[in-house]
Amino acid sequence: MATATQFYDDKVVKQFTVMTVVWGIVGMLVGVIIAAQLYWPELLGGIPWLSYGRLRPLHTNAVIFAFGGCGIFATSYYIVQRTCHARLFLPGLAQFTFWGWQLIIVAAAVTLPLGLTSGKEYAELEWPIDIAIALVWVAYGIVFFGTIVKRQVKHIYVANWFFAAFIITIAILHIVNSLAIPAGALKSYSLYSGAVDAMVQWWYGHNAVGFFLTAAFLGMMYYFIPKQAGRPVYSYRLSVVHFWALISIYMWAGPHHLLYTALPDWAQSLGMVFSLILIAPSWGGMINGIMTLSGAWEKLRTDPVIKFMVVSLSFYGMSTFEGPMMSIKTVNSLSHYTDWTIGHVHSGALGWVAMITVGCVYSLLPRLLQLPGMYSAKLVEQHFWVHTIGVVLYIASMWIAGVMQGLMWRATNADGTLTYTFVEALKATYPYYLGRLAGGTLVLLGMFIMAWNVWKTFGLARRAEPVAIPAPAHA
Amino acid sequence: MSTNWTLFISILTIVNIIACFWLLWWTRKKRPPSQTGDSPSATTGHTWDGDLQEYNKPLPKWWLNLFYATIVFSTGYLVLFPGLGAFAGTKGWSSAAQHDADAAAAEQKLRALYAQFDGIPVHELAANANALALGRSVFSNHCAQCHGSDARGAKGFPNLTDGDWLWGGDPEAVLASIKGGRQAVMPPWGPVLGEQGVTEVATYVLSLSGQQADPALAAAGKARYDTICIACHGLEGKGNPMLGAPNLTDDVWLYGADFATISEGIRNGRNGVMPAQQPLIGTERSRLAAAWVLSQSRGTPSAAAGGAR
Repeated sequence: MATATQFYDDKVVKQFTVMTVVWGIVGMLVGVIIAAQLYWPELLGGIPWLSYGRLRPLHTNAVIFAFGGCGIFATSYYIVQRTCHARLFLPGLAQFTFWGWQLIIVAAAVTLPLGLTSGKEYAELEWPIDIAIALVWVAYGIVFFGTIVKRQVKHIYVANWFFAAFIITIAILHIVNSLAIPAGALKSYSLYSGAVDAMVQWWYGHNAVGFFLTAAFLGMMYYFIPKQAGRPVYSYRLSVVHFWALISIYMWAGPHHLLYTALPDWAQSLGMVFSLILIAPSWGGMINGIMTLSGAWEKLRTDPVIKFMVVSLSFYGMSTFEGPMMSIKTVNSLSHYTDWTIGHVHSGALGWVAMITVGCVYSLLPRLLQLPGMYSAKLVEQHFWVHTIGVVLYIASMWIAGVMQGLMWRATNADGTLTYTFVEALKATYPYYLGRLAGGTLVLLGMFIMAWNVWKTFGLARRAEPVAIPAPAHA
Repeated sequence: MSTNWTLFISILTIVNIIACFWLLWWTRKKRPPSQTGDSPSATTGHTWDGDLQEYNKPLPKWWLNLFYATIVFSTGYLVLFPGLGAFAGTKGWSSAAQHDADAAAAEQKLRALYAQFDGIPVHELAANANALALGRSVFSNHCAQCHGSDARGAKGFPNLTDGDWLWGGDPEAVLASIKGGRQAVMPPWGPVLGEQGVTEVATYVLSLSGQQADPALAAAGKARYDTICIACHGLEGKGNPMLGAPNLTDDVWLYGADFATISEGIRNGRNGVMPAQQPLIGTERSRLAAAWVLSQSRGTPSAAAGGAR
């Protein structure tokens, strides 16, 4: 190995990076469409496969698993090679994960509008697609862990712990939650029923948030923030503590999605207390990221990529505080089923996940193409502002709407009857749906700015050479 | 829940919480580099990818205290409230008991309000402004979902203001409908009549309410009507409130007056369900709702809103 020069496998990284941008636009466009449908219900003329109920799962699947998923694949394949000083294990299998994942996304985009769904939130895809996901995921695990085994550096870098925990846990969650009895090629029934089914579903659902949308993106953050800031990670010790605390505590938090339901009281309580304990482990990642940037604050003025990263961590800290608060039964009795939840989800999804992904792609692409920076730093700056204003508009609309709905739904008259009918609360929410649509449209606009910038950056870099693997510093 | 499950849940929970506490305690005790002789800017000594390094700064104190505080709160909560399997918590709280207590307290508070109408017949309540105000609230909460907030109904849900009653319109019948609910059954006749038969009967039904209908088809339909439909809808098609069978000769239509809708009803049948409200809202509120419904119907001529209903 020491004799012949080895090269990193960056082909699959480039493929996933491009698709991150493409699926980001698709997923957010569908989001804008369904936001418009909530304001103009007859927008698409009542065509069944373009109705809200079918497009909504398409939106969530596209942004989480297509946009977020491709971003994770791209950055994890890049990071694991750079921090192990090793070429990807089985690059052919990595290609399989790329094409397999794209095929799964296309299958989702076809079957969900057709109304083929298993009815489980964030796990709507029918059983043949579920099997394909499991296969691609196992291949992903083989490539990732194989590369870790091949590493030339003894210590495994912190980003890889998070990716490793994410890959293992998502495999378990996906397989257990998707267990079903097929009833034909495109129809199945869950193996679980009643409250057990609901609990398995939200054990899956909340850990999809915890591991897919948190752990994996923390892995991304742990590589690109120190790289972009040119500073060492703030505290190794903090990363150890918050990693182990985060992955063990997250497992318990699912029942907070089922407070005041048929779920037994003991399970509800456990969901609530572990959600509260989760605040500090979640914030550990935020502290480590933001404190890594301390000492490089002047870069906030000059480097818009750092802006994306700092603001994403701020949204991460905010939504991981808001989540535990909403898990407190008393607060949940107001917030549950309202648009507050939608606001919370999007402060996490648009604020944290999308902004760290976008920041990391802006940091990654020039490195991949051996360029000093993106085609236009000004466009990155514009994207930052358009996106940030869009997110704030979106979540502020949903916060106001959600709290208002919660208060209207629980208001009672002196005679014990409800003060407002459901329709009255809906009518009061109407203007905020327009605010949400405006916010979402700004975010989508930002993604188009990004796509143009990425396109032009590729145009600058036709001569990118394969990158030789350097010798580790302390081999 | 069996003891084994309780142990399983409790041990996992407690071990996880203690493990977090131990992790904090263990890492906290490591002194900052300034006290161990290392420079504060010393890294762990590992380098990845050229320039990736890590400091090893101590855990921020406020963060540690936040972590401890959540652990203390949660431990206390799991002692007081259910959480550790079958252990009910020292407060003996349960969501079902809280619901029952809250509902009983509300009922207690509202009893005086509703008690003033005890024993007053429904038809008198229908002329009492206080009773009607309450009745309207009850209707808005419990009935408007199907019958509409103006009580004018929708397709399949009767209009309560038109003076036409499927199950009888006197106060006792209306109250009985509310308290006990109703289940109307029009059996599907498609398999018996065949498609031609359905067409003939539908045509005859059209003619009953004076709508334009082919006389030959209607005559053929009448023969079939007289052997089958007559049992519930009667010889003249005037219906039967004992069975909830609609009058077919007027211009009030629950599902629609057109040929296609009538054929559909004959072919596939109809199942109209009014759920029983007595178990949900009790007698007093049912009586007030009945009074309000009667007040909406009275004085309104039976002219239906258009031929469609």
